[in-house]
Amino acid sequence: MRLSVDIVKAMSGLELRAQFEAPDGITVLFGPSGSGKTTLINAVAGLVTPDTGRIALGEQALFDQARGVNQPVHKRGVGYVFQDARLFPHLSVEANLNYGRKLAANPPSEAEFERIVKLLGIGGLLARRPAKLSGGEAQRVALGRALLSGPQVLLADEPLAALDGARKAELLPYFERLRDEGNMPILYVTHSVSELGRLANHVVTLETGVASGLRAPSEVLADPHLVPGGVRGVGAMISAVVVTHHADGLTELNAGGVSLFLPKVAHDIGARLRVRIAASDVILARQKPEGLSALNILQAKVTGMREGDGPGAIVALETGAGQIQARITRRSAKALGLGLGVDAYAIVKTVSIAQEDVGG
Amino acid sequence: MSWLGPEEWQAVALSLKVAFWATALSVPPAIGVAYALARGRFWGHGLLNGVVHLPLVLPPVVTGYLLLMFLGSQGLGGQVLEAVGLPLAFRWTGAVLAAAIMALPLTVRAIRLSIEAVDMRFESAAATLGASRLRVFFTVTLPMAMPGVLAGAVLGFAKAMGEFGATITFVSNIPGETQTLPSAVYSFLQVPGGESSAGKLVIIAIVVAMGALLLSEWLARRMARRVAGA
Repeated sequence: MRLSVDIVKAMSGLELRAQFEAPDGITVLFGPSGSGKTTLINAVAGLVTPDTGRIALGEQALFDQARGVNQPVHKRGVGYVFQDARLFPHLSVEANLNYGRKLAANPPSEAEFERIVKLLGIGGLLARRPAKLSGGEAQRVALGRALLSGPQVLLADEPLAALDGARKAELLPYFERLRDEGNMPILYVTHSVSELGRLANHVVTLETGVASGLRAPSEVLADPHLVPGGVRGVGAMISAVVVTHHADGLTELNAGGVSLFLPKVAHDIGARLRVRIAASDVILARQKPEGLSALNILQAKVTGMREGDGPGAIVALETGAGQIQARITRRSAKALGLGLGVDAYAIVKTVSIAQEDVGG
Repeated sequence: MSWLGPEEWQAVALSLKVAFWATALSVPPAIGVAYALARGRFWGHGLLNGVVHLPLVLPPVVTGYLLLMFLGSQGLGGQVLEAVGLPLAFRWTGAVLAAAIMALPLTVRAIRLSIEAVDMRFESAAATLGASRLRVFFTVTLPMAMPGVLAGAVLGFAKAMGEFGATITFVSNIPGETQTLPSAVYSFLQVPGGESSAGKLVIIAIVVAMGALLLSEWLARRMARRVAGA
């Protein structure tokens, strides 16, 4: 299934313009607050009506201004996970889960209900009222409720934004699993770089209402104009496999033949992870450094240089592990004689790979 | 009840019957009107609001007179109703209608406030789960507004119990048929020595009204707790 969006919607203060096609898997809608992300998914859900354009799921038009098509919300087959869970307070968790299930065109079977309840670990909560749930529990139930409505497309509007760090970490794996099942398009709104790094198959960036087409996550993470914090927020995302957990509390990863060490992660040996490496955590050397405390030293070749107005520069590097970036000063870049095609060593401090940036 | 004479007892029983049916008759349309006023954006919104609230500000005698004109035995509506076997004028059924119309504004106000207090985000969440507008109303909006519906119903009951002006104008003051509690108090006060009977009925009116208010408070609080899931 493919979700195509091509719409214009005037809002107070800005005009939303979006044109992209989201395939199965997670397409992250990424941008600062007020850039139109929520309006965009509300238009897909039918909660907001665009001024012109077309929204279609496969061949089926959900909205087509030219042909006068505007399917009502309840007939669009969308599952929506809101930032604020929105569980019905007067119904039990079980009744909440069954609310959309009963109304689905092809109601999920009892076995499917059991599977999702088990997957989300909410079996013990079924008899409770939403008021008695923690934020993380409520959001898991909300996700289950959306999935049990038998959706053809899943929309998630900053589903983790209201949760603390530990609850975020608890919920992210469920979205990763949905992404990997890959049986429907998922639009996932966030302004968090680490969620983007962990979840995105594709990214649509939004700036003051204007949406880009589909972009690669690594491209977005490397662009100082897109990530929060500008050059300070730039980073790379590399894919790695867990090789072993060492006795001294480190986990060894294999990224394209290169060994990477990081503080122990909870994933099993053989698991494939995404690791985000912030450009500010990478330093460069022309000779292979010796007598250095850093464990991760990657052989690299400079493939791009970007200098801003300030004293810093972003150096793009090709390594055995993939593309990474380093943020160094322009002065160092000059002193090292860095330029396109120059060989260098990238040093990544072990401890700087944050847990929240590691995902399956 | 030996404390009450047969005539007094008759008035109390009739009032309870009239108030019960008036409440049963006015709550469903009150819910519909309250929902339309709270959520609807349509032509004539202001007009509907005005018409519903008219009995609250109009002299009750005027409301009763209008009912008599249109639904009395001389009125067009009255003749139609008589033909289908439901005459209203000078019948207890007419007292029910008069009380229902007089209670409607109070009931609508209470229900409208509680519907407006229902967070519309729950309604849009229900829509994304596949519920039509009608289903959203019955499974989300109405259950969440239930404490207000109940409060409105009890308020309407108390109002119907005490309705006087419109009732006496429309259906007169016939003992056993249309002589409700307030009409009976009025009648007793017109005859010498009727004060003690009137006094007893006044006490009953106070007890019923007070009881209704306490009951509504208690039910609303209980319901609100249940709705909030605490």
